[in-house]
Amino acid sequence: MSAEKAAKPKVSIIAAISKAYQDIFAEDPKVITLGEDLADPEGGGIAKITKGLSTSFGDDRVRSTPISEQAIMGAAIGASLAGYKPIAEIMLMNFTTVAMDMIVNHAAKLRFMSGGQTSVPIVIRTMTGLGYGSGGQHCDYLETWFAHTAGIKVCAASTPEDAYGLLRSAVEDPDPVIFIENLPTYHAPMAFELPDSSHRVPLGKAAIQREGSDVTLIAYARMAVEARAAAVQAAEQGVSVEVIDLRTIAPWDRETVLASARKTGRVLIAHEAVKEHGVGAEIAAVINEELFGALKKPVKRLGGAFSAVPYSKPLETAYAPDAARILAAIIELAK
Amino acid sequence: MVATNQYVADSATLLEIYKRAALLKANDERARKVILSGQIAMVYYSYRGQEIIPSVMGQLLRDDDTICTIYRGIHDMLGKGFPLRPLWAELAGRVTGSCKGKGGPMHLTYPPKGIMVTTGIVGSSAPIANGLAWAAQLDKSDRVSVCTFGDGASNIGAVHEAMNLASIWKLPTIFVCQNNLFAEHTTFEKMTGGQNIAGRAAGYGMPGVRVNGNDPEEMYSAFAQAVARARAGEGPTLLECMTFRFFGHNFGDDDSYIPKDQKAAAMEADPVPALRARLIADRIASEHELAAIEADIEAQIDDALEFALASPWPEPDDLRFDVFEKEIAA
Repeated sequence: MSAEKAAKPKVSIIAAISKAYQDIFAEDPKVITLGEDLADPEGGGIAKITKGLSTSFGDDRVRSTPISEQAIMGAAIGASLAGYKPIAEIMLMNFTTVAMDMIVNHAAKLRFMSGGQTSVPIVIRTMTGLGYGSGGQHCDYLETWFAHTAGIKVCAASTPEDAYGLLRSAVEDPDPVIFIENLPTYHAPMAFELPDSSHRVPLGKAAIQREGSDVTLIAYARMAVEARAAAVQAAEQGVSVEVIDLRTIAPWDRETVLASARKTGRVLIAHEAVKEHGVGAEIAAVINEELFGALKKPVKRLGGAFSAVPYSKPLETAYAPDAARILAAIIELAK
Repeated sequence: MVATNQYVADSATLLEIYKRAALLKANDERARKVILSGQIAMVYYSYRGQEIIPSVMGQLLRDDDTICTIYRGIHDMLGKGFPLRPLWAELAGRVTGSCKGKGGPMHLTYPPKGIMVTTGIVGSSAPIANGLAWAAQLDKSDRVSVCTFGDGASNIGAVHEAMNLASIWKLPTIFVCQNNLFAEHTTFEKMTGGQNIAGRAAGYGMPGVRVNGNDPEEMYSAFAQAVARARAGEGPTLLECMTFRFFGHNFGDDDSYIPKDQKAAAMEADPVPALRARLIADRIASEHELAAIEADIEAQIDDALEFALASPWPEPDDLRFDVFEKEIAA
């Protein structure tokens, strides 16, 4: 065990992402990064994730940009076509909407449209998540839009170890990956160790974070944190919950999900994004197609309300599922 | 600007430019003929009338210089050296096409000649060209990154974001606006504040030059200067190349929105035969030599078309490939 691990038994997701950046830049000279405020003169990003990076690795590889999301994404795509591996930070997920053409029409499709002659091995890091009272345009979860686009992979971590391992795998992946980071859980110390530089989490592989036999609970990002808490409380009430963190939302791990659903016969899916037409709908549909006769109850979904994310605290709290609502749904399913 | 420019197209260069222009003209004429004959059904955006601009660019660019072009861009690609067989096979949707039939006329790609992106989205060539230019900077290479777009695209945000970024990063990006006076069905005059695209470069702190894109010498001089500036690490240039599109937005549309007298005058001043006449008048080439070049071009297109039409179609199962590096499970 390294001295670092001994000194820091609990770490935050943000520390894991920062370490991943440092390790990636030290190991692979083809990795470059760009985004608003990323370089040191601008403070190393709004969350300071890239602090120190431009000083250590140079202004050529670590570039602050104008507030121009199309230009950011285009520059990342173009550099990737020439053999680089750019990490483009689109500060907040809502800002991906002003770069959708670059992401959806170009990053996702160039490999296919060129018949495999070109590829776009980029990572788009983006932050989001409600909890700060930032209202309707700064905290949406828009993963479904990208999961619906052939040619892009989508992932989100709920632990520091997974954040490190997923980001490293995303950078090494030959295709575009959107890496979604949850702001409200960024700084929370978690009982995970900071992994060493060989740690990887394969894309497309879910994690069974808690084994159980009565209910399968599928979540990702902050909802996986809430799901773990709800599962502990459910156990106290005698319900055994298997918690699956998808980690990669697209392509998602059917094998792990279906095996668990077959075992428990009861499935709950929770995400912060709007429930309608969400990731949960796709998972529920596949479970239905594959396991119709094996289910003990219809698949249950929890998701964000069908509204913009509201500002006022009671409304914001009511908008998305939390551990209490997840627990209530578990108990209902287990009856 | 042009008068003080040190770059002059000599006689041999003019002949080379003509060879490219003749290929571009012949290929467009053949494409329209092939569509009308029913041999290939495709969406097609004729560039007829705009041949001189890419013929000059092709003359001055190296294979490792990259280009990002648009749906009306087959002239740009042929100017850059796109080989005819994979081009025509792609137009025909065959598996031997450069993109295995998956891209088609609006997404032709050919990296061996630096033809990296063809986009169907107006203006989207510009932000991506910057990334290729950034890569050249990182590689410490003097290669340049060209993006072409039309007067219509000069009013979309992506182009403006890209010009600003290219300027502040001193990227070797050359923004080539082919101003053919029509954005789809609407006139440049009606939709463009300031009536001048080159002038917008000043707002981004880069040189902007309006040239007669149909004049090979003027085009050569201006483009050579932009290339030299980019290769020297001095940053981007915006060229507004004035030209005219002889036909409608897409082949088959009713182009009655183009005033008849304007169209007639433009076709009367067709830049390709004009250059041809100039070569003969100045004794740079003989009628006989030029006729031989043109016959050879027709034969090459015959061969490519024959190759394309004899090639197999893709298989439905090919949909699982090239979405990601690893195929989608069956």
